[in-house]
Amino acid sequence: MEKFRGVDYYGMEELLAEDERMIRDAVRDWVEAQFVPLVAEHHRAGTFPVGLIPKLGELGVFGASLKGYGCAGLSNVAYGLIMQELERGDSGLRSCASVQSGLVMYPIHAYGSEAQKERWLPVLQRGEAVGCFGLTEPDHGSDPGAMKTRARRTADGYVLNGTKLWITNGSIADVAVVWAKEDDGEIYGYLVERGTPGFGTLDIHGKFSMRASITSELSFQDCRIPAENKLPNVKGLRGPLGCLNQARYGIAWGAVGAAMACYDWALQYAQQRVQFGRPIAGFQLVQQKLVWMVTEITKAQLLVLQLGRLKDSGRLRPQQVSLAKRNNVQMALDGARLARDILGAAGIVDEHPIIRHMLNLETVNTYEGTHDIHTLIVGRDITGLDAFGAAQG
Amino acid sequence: MKILVAIKQVPDTATQVKISGDPKAIETSGITWIISPYDEFAVEEALRIKEKRGQGDVVAVSLGPDRVKEALRSALAMGADRAVHVNDPALAGADTLLTARALAAVVKQESPALVICGRQAIDDDMGAVGAQLAELLGWPCASWIMEETVDADAKTVRVGRQVEGGLEVFDLPLPAVLSAQKGLNEPRYPTLKGIMGAKKKEIKDVKAADLALGDAAPQLTVTTLEALPPRPPGRIIQGEVKDAVKELVRALREDAKVI
Ligand SMILES: Cc1cc2nc3c(=O)[nH]c(=O)nc-3n(C[C@H](O)[C@H](O)[C@H](O)COP(=O)(O)OP(=O)(O)OC[C@H]3O[C@@H](n4cnc5c(N)ncnc54)[C@H](O)[C@@H]3O)c2cc1C
Repeated sequence: MEKFRGVDYYGMEELLAEDERMIRDAVRDWVEAQFVPLVAEHHRAGTFPVGLIPKLGELGVFGASLKGYGCAGLSNVAYGLIMQELERGDSGLRSCASVQSGLVMYPIHAYGSEAQKERWLPVLQRGEAVGCFGLTEPDHGSDPGAMKTRARRTADGYVLNGTKLWITNGSIADVAVVWAKEDDGEIYGYLVERGTPGFGTLDIHGKFSMRASITSELSFQDCRIPAENKLPNVKGLRGPLGCLNQARYGIAWGAVGAAMACYDWALQYAQQRVQFGRPIAGFQLVQQKLVWMVTEITKAQLLVLQLGRLKDSGRLRPQQVSLAKRNNVQMALDGARLARDILGAAGIVDEHPIIRHMLNLETVNTYEGTHDIHTLIVGRDITGLDAFGAAQG
Repeated sequence: MKILVAIKQVPDTATQVKISGDPKAIETSGITWIISPYDEFAVEEALRIKEKRGQGDVVAVSLGPDRVKEALRSALAMGADRAVHVNDPALAGADTLLTARALAAVVKQESPALVICGRQAIDDDMGAVGAQLAELLGWPCASWIMEETVDADAKTVRVGRQVEGGLEVFDLPLPAVLSAQKGLNEPRYPTLKGIMGAKKKEIKDVKAADLALGDAAPQLTVTTLEALPPRPPGRIIQGEVKDAVKELVRALREDAKVI
């Protein structure tokens, strides 16, 4: 198969600025040369190529849309294109960049003290330090407001108790952004450093999805942290949700990258694979699948581009991000399943990237707000009626 | 030390080239344009010389239409300091000699201590511009270099060229022209900050008149481009294996004459 050729059915290229195109191309080339040759092996082993983290830092992808502290200060559209290209490689690669940028650097940048920013942002930007984001718990996923993790105030700091589960990059993180409730019942964010007594991590094994990504459990047992490790400028669920909004924005773009990878591969395969004396791309049923994919990819591309322009002009509403995350990830998942089907038996082996993308997208559908949770968010927005359901009993 | 890098914008290596309606040119719509890979080695080497010396000025030069700005911008994103764009419809059909004359005129204006270019552009594969440029300037030239070291006071450069079975090493006085061979270095990726920074760097537009080229007619003109004849379709031998093998051996011996 030829190397990835991109998908641009509607001449979207001309809607991008020259620097946006250059940034996309730089990341595309990087992924092709540095990541694609490694991914199948890491996927098999269930590992992430951690050695690439400083290289991603050097390239400039971490915190790329933030200003100052060594960050590139790119537009949100450029940032989105980076996420697209990373996820074209693998959702795990994009997850690593999403977590570091949207879920760790963003809250420190937006809610942190000057000392916290100076300590962490430059090293996180360069990929010399890794961060993780601990919100989800074993018993509280879609409803994080009901979290059990507690932060108790002491004379000189806080004592954390609780467990966070499904935490990307948890066991390799130098710093964890942990969300916990204080005695006033409000949620606050805390920076917990690796090696702090009472802070332990454990990796989750047996994953069939997002295998080339580290997913861990974080446990806090009377874990004492100094008072200055609390994020001073945010209170309540607004804090973590603000971060998720950044990361979800990146996912909406990333999903397009995964879909483009599957489509481009399946198209090439269908043109080469001969059955009944002609390429399978010549059969109407196969064409229907390919046409569905290119149509949905084109719509999704236009969706995220306008989403990015809204974000760049400061007019973006979080519900619009929900709509795009919901649509694009479902589209990518459906498209990956069609692509898998087009490859027949070849579609189930890791010699081809499709099954890997397909399985990854199951996670992408679930994390950062499940597909259905985003349905409820948009539903509430357009009807004015809340369908989340009150707690029973 | 000032170093001038001559780069050419060419179709991406993965492009499926089609001949346009006018059989003197290729179809350019839908083509992705890149810096010719050998020229990327040249840019990288110039940047390394500058970095090693701790100071210097790397100027990227290219000749071509508006789209060439993107290639120059890529060189600036990699780290070049400035760019010169020879952008004039009068030079649209330039052959290698006219290109070299235009570059020589830019070199005279810029007076660098060293010019580096790629060993050839991967579109027309002529591989003549570097040598012609050196000839026009009266400078020494080393082509297809695999390594180089500029001496401390920038008076000479020692270069290595790969030759059959070994490396040929020699010294050239500066100023000189070098052309880069694959293996000279591993070009860096432009960083995202580099790309943003490139927006602020100067790309100077230059017309043929600014270069006092006089007669700007190419001596070499393309008459026609021809595509390779399409490959004849393969043949599938049907029937019983025993007979098919016999037929295959016969066809390989008598029709294809390969065994
Ligand atoms: C690989 C991976 C990496 C992750 N990384 C991180 C990370 O770095 N940090 C982090 O904090 N979390 C992370 N997560 C966790 C992720 O965000 C959660 O899995 C997600 O929020 C869903 O929570 P849950 O798994 O507990 O599912 P649940 O909330 O139990 O949901 C189960 C099902 O019930 C549905 N449901 C729930 N509530 C409603 C409702 N009101 N109405 C209708 N349907 C409903 C959901 O849509 C879903 O289909 C990660 C998850 C995975 C798989």
